[in-house]
Amino acid sequence: MKKLESRAKTSLAITLNGRARTGDCDNRTLLVDFLRHELGATGTHVGCEHGVCGACTIRTEGSAVRSCMMLAVQAEGCRVDTVEGLAGEGRSGMNDLQQAFKKHHALQCGFCTAGILMSCSDFLMRVPLPTEVEVREMLSGHLCRCTGYTNIVSAVLEVAAQRSASAPSTLMTESDHA
Amino acid sequence: MKPGLFDYFRCDTTEDVVGVLTQYGEDARVLAGGQSLMAALNMRLAQPKVLVDISKTATLDYVKVAGEMLIIGAAATQGSVEWRATLGDEVPLLKLAFPHISHFQIRNRGTVCGSVAHADPSAELPLVLLALGGKVVLRSKRGKRQLAAEDFFQGMLMTARRPDEFIEEVCYPLRKPGTRYAFAEMAQRHGDFALAACAASVDAASIRLAVGGVADRPRLLQLPRLAGSALDDALNDFAWSLEAQDDQHASARYRRHLVRRLGRRVIDEASI
Repeated sequence: MKKLESRAKTSLAITLNGRARTGDCDNRTLLVDFLRHELGATGTHVGCEHGVCGACTIRTEGSAVRSCMMLAVQAEGCRVDTVEGLAGEGRSGMNDLQQAFKKHHALQCGFCTAGILMSCSDFLMRVPLPTEVEVREMLSGHLCRCTGYTNIVSAVLEVAAQRSASAPSTLMTESDHA
Repeated sequence: MKPGLFDYFRCDTTEDVVGVLTQYGEDARVLAGGQSLMAALNMRLAQPKVLVDISKTATLDYVKVAGEMLIIGAAATQGSVEWRATLGDEVPLLKLAFPHISHFQIRNRGTVCGSVAHADPSAELPLVLLALGGKVVLRSKRGKRQLAAEDFFQGMLMTARRPDEFIEEVCYPLRKPGTRYAFAEMAQRHGDFALAACAASVDAASIRLAVGGVADRPRLLQLPRLAGSALDDALNDFAWSLEAQDDQHASARYRRHLVRRLGRRVIDEASI
């Protein structure tokens, strides 16, 4: 068991987008604030801070979760993936999901987009060929006030169709997928 | 907003959790998935002196079938139950309820036991536990005790848990042959808190209807196999007995209406 006193500073190590990163945090530092303020990973946005809006959604150990509803100290040793990791090193430009968002105009101001992309990237691993209803259920965890969601749904469905049409060997793997 | 100050314990074993709760009692709050507690901490609605983190306590992270029950440990996420391939055969009512529970991203981290411990009157997991006659296993230094769902939920966010206890596991009864199940919910938007939620289990001789979101806790109605206007009358009596309140989301009258209509719908659906 590990005890951290209320005013203690803790050195925290996580794997962010495949790279080992360390930083300092308080007990009460939220994971999203640790990512942004300590590690400079400002792609993840802070919205409501009570789990409703979805702007801060990231992936921990592959699962899409709210980074405002997790303490940074709870992520000790975790694999954390954020929007910065989607267009990974060694690949040119954006990944297929990001390109589809651009093509379908699935964002306007972009504040919600980082979170939505992280949810979609987890969801499409679990449900490779979702129905529109399933996509909308997944998106119900995100507030977007620009698009009306229709273009986001189109983008997600197109990526799902493209990925499943590709040969299995070219399908993205979990690690590839960030 | 951000949480206030607290001491933090990351527990590796069940004994660690028991030890910290024995020492700190009411000053401590158990943090599992945190999908209710973190929001309360961020808004400073809760300001515990001590947080007891069980999210990485391996001895509490399990989902298993034993003794005609699906047994879910305190650290097991809702997602780990929801994505279980056999869930529809094991506890069909849970499978029906999961899509209504908040959102995919919340279920990925929220725990089943955490929702039961939080005891929000509109929450689906306590409702299903009551509908099926499930059990809550509490653990403390004094030992284990097991409570029926009906005895565990005592009011708005109030349960029979004592300050030095935590929920070690909850037990959902497996599907019974000859019994059918149905679930329905009305909320302002998909995933929002239920204005009313109904879960029914119907067999050859009896009807069990549990209703959430209306009274101060999930409430159970047990009936013989009534039909037609006799069933409507029983639902009407039950709707009035729940002492629904007006709030900014819905009137008491509308909630009674939902109990009658959704209640009838799930009973009919489970009676076919």
